[in-house]
Amino acid sequence: MVEIRSLIPRRLMLAIAVVCLGVATSSSLSGRLFAGEGDDEKYLRSPDSIATTEAEMKPYTQKLRDTEISFDMVPIPGGTFLMGSPPDEPNRGEDEGPQIRVKVDPFWMGKHEVTWDEYDTWRLELDKRLRQFAGRETDNIDKIADAVTRPTPEYTDMTFGMGHDGYPAISMTQLAAKMYCQWLTAKTGQYYRLPTEAEWEYACRAGTTTAYSFGDDPEKLDEYAWWYGNSPEGYQKVGLKKPNPWGLYDMHGNVAEWCLDQYLPDFYSRFDADKVHAFPLAIPTELYPRVARGGSWYDEEPELLRSAARAKSDPDWKIQDPQLPQSMWYHTDAEFVGFRVVRPLNPPSEEDIKKHVLFPDIPEELIK
Amino acid sequence: MSNPSRRDFLKHSSVAAASAGVLASVGSRAFADSDDTIRIGLVGCGGRGTGAAVQALKTAGNVKLVAMGDAFADQLDNSLNNIERQTRKDDTAHVAVDDEHKFVGFDAYRKVIGSDVDLVILATPPGFRPLHFEHAVANGKHVFMEKPVATDAPGVRQVLEAARVAKEKNLKVGVGLQRHHQPCYLDLVERVKNGEIGDVLAMRVYWNGGGVWEPRRTRDEVASEMEYQMRSWYYYNWLCGDHICEQHIHNLDVGNWILGGYPVKANGMGGRQVRTDKRYGEIYDHHAVEYTFADGRTMISQCRHIRGCWNSVSEHGHGSKGMVHLSSNPRSCRIEYANGDVYQFKGDTKTPYQIEHDDLFAAIREGRSYNEAVNGAMSTMTSILGRMCTYSGKELTMDEALNKGRSVMPPNVADLTFESTPPTVPGEDGSYPIPMPGSTNVLES
Repeated sequence: MVEIRSLIPRRLMLAIAVVCLGVATSSSLSGRLFAGEGDDEKYLRSPDSIATTEAEMKPYTQKLRDTEISFDMVPIPGGTFLMGSPPDEPNRGEDEGPQIRVKVDPFWMGKHEVTWDEYDTWRLELDKRLRQFAGRETDNIDKIADAVTRPTPEYTDMTFGMGHDGYPAISMTQLAAKMYCQWLTAKTGQYYRLPTEAEWEYACRAGTTTAYSFGDDPEKLDEYAWWYGNSPEGYQKVGLKKPNPWGLYDMHGNVAEWCLDQYLPDFYSRFDADKVHAFPLAIPTELYPRVARGGSWYDEEPELLRSAARAKSDPDWKIQDPQLPQSMWYHTDAEFVGFRVVRPLNPPSEEDIKKHVLFPDIPEELIK
Repeated sequence: MSNPSRRDFLKHSSVAAASAGVLASVGSRAFADSDDTIRIGLVGCGGRGTGAAVQALKTAGNVKLVAMGDAFADQLDNSLNNIERQTRKDDTAHVAVDDEHKFVGFDAYRKVIGSDVDLVILATPPGFRPLHFEHAVANGKHVFMEKPVATDAPGVRQVLEAARVAKEKNLKVGVGLQRHHQPCYLDLVERVKNGEIGDVLAMRVYWNGGGVWEPRRTRDEVASEMEYQMRSWYYYNWLCGDHICEQHIHNLDVGNWILGGYPVKANGMGGRQVRTDKRYGEIYDHHAVEYTFADGRTMISQCRHIRGCWNSVSEHGHGSKGMVHLSSNPRSCRIEYANGDVYQFKGDTKTPYQIEHDDLFAAIREGRSYNEAVNGAMSTMTSILGRMCTYSGKELTMDEALNKGRSVMPPNVADLTFESTPPTVPGEDGSYPIPMPGSTNVLES
């Protein structure tokens, strides 16, 4: 798909350098991830995006510098919930139990799935091009954002004719989604990452305990979700269906959404059922499988779109990539996977980032 | 995604195909090894050649990779590494390339072809393909060669002649136009041929995207102009054929397939509007061509390498009773009938890059005739005709383009070294002469 035979080593070295440099040399989180605090104007920050307590958290809109593109974030209150599905939930998967009690800290979450407009600003370096056209000098913010590795160009059209502006970005690897978050962090001066599987389900449920955030009746799916039953030819523009109780759109369907976790079928059984667990995360150690949640336009069975349903990545997701080594940026055959970003109220320490692999991790087989 | 029914179908169908191949191979001993092993060599160890070698090794029955060749040693070593890793779990895939059978340099193809192989994979930059194909056929080897099969008309003529010889010798030739082996294409094209959308009146074909890989080396990192161009071969017409030839050939080929022939004339326009930096060599960043077939039917074609524009990699046939929409993404393949009905392809999504090798190797084992070279050459020529039109700005017939089209290759292509001068060289400022419509002559004078 993407011709990367001799780009790989160089790109990889750059990616590794970015990660290692950060861990080894910078003394503070802000020094590594973005240029500095207190520069709201340059970052185009909304005052509503500033909060130090949960009570202060508001919805906000973040603009991307040099573009006319913005995205909306919605506050998700902290709380405790039951993760997974009960044994009597119809058509559930074995991997959804036993249910565990999870404590989730407050965060903001993307109101919508990340769109091609946002994603291509990074992927295709359109921000750099627009800055150049506008004649604006490169500043410290740009320098850090520009240093984040970007994907090699795609070999074919990655929208597969399903639409671009306003439609969700798809077919990226989890690595690419994570790298986007790193760039977004540098670009906005605020810490963004993928959600953990627990955070994702918590936000999807939005306080509900039913199979879907709108109840148990799959007949109502058409009001809330794009799935094979109403969109067999592809994804749809984000935000056209009804939101969940916390104001998040397309959590069920449209495109499945990358989480941070390694997929472990027995993950929940590893936790003590009597306790409440904070920040459960299956730290990835293998490239496959990893978790994607929410189901998509490509799923024919309504149960695959339930709040607790878990999907896992697979090497088949790259089956039509004819190059060897295959691209680390694209899943040629996963036109159903996208992502949305979260921003924790309390950004993690440098140590936590390292420990939880919140930064892009380069798969070992690609490093050799 | 986690849809069990479709996944099961996929697994099931590949198993079925594999066992059919094994059965078919029983009793065949027509190979260099004493058992049923097919011995193969790889010429051109880039990402595609490496992928093709793995697919060849993964076909049913014993296949052994015994020789490899590339212009660059680093490329060859990386490739061998990747091939070994990808085939480790396959009991009938054997990688046995010792140091004496790793050949580096412009003449590596001769040594690979001379290494007691049954089949050779040709996957260098396309400019070399005619030379390599001709030599492989002359030495009685079966061939899998990547598209395009040439970058100019003399090269296409050379391939057509070698294809004739290959047929005489009953050599099997596969060409990497994998859409001919992709279930969604086979299904929908057959429906169209059966008249489901009536008479096809016109085709629209596109490869509009953001471009391919960036140039791989700076001038400081190479020893000569030849190495500079070879490392970043995509950006030089003699090596690549321009992207209308290197990529868009896939879509033009599907148009030819559906319309049942090759265009008789064309006109077009193109240029270099955005990707203008001198490190991007000499190729254009967009072409738009209108092809006419013998019966007057039209194929409209666009290809673009500019980021942030409307993208599409697809083919569309307009019939008197409906439309067919095709793409390498099986989920986008469908027929829209004039009465409003829609047929959506929902079958096998197995990778066509594997199937094209499964088909070729099965033909070798069963001794069936199998030769895709003529169509490969003529679809290549279709793309070259388009480029000749966009470069010259003229309307050209297929006949004059094929028979009088200028060579873009160096005259001494069989004897090149890294000290040789390529057919295009930069001026003092490092920029290359760019073809200019209205002035550039693409025919022999």
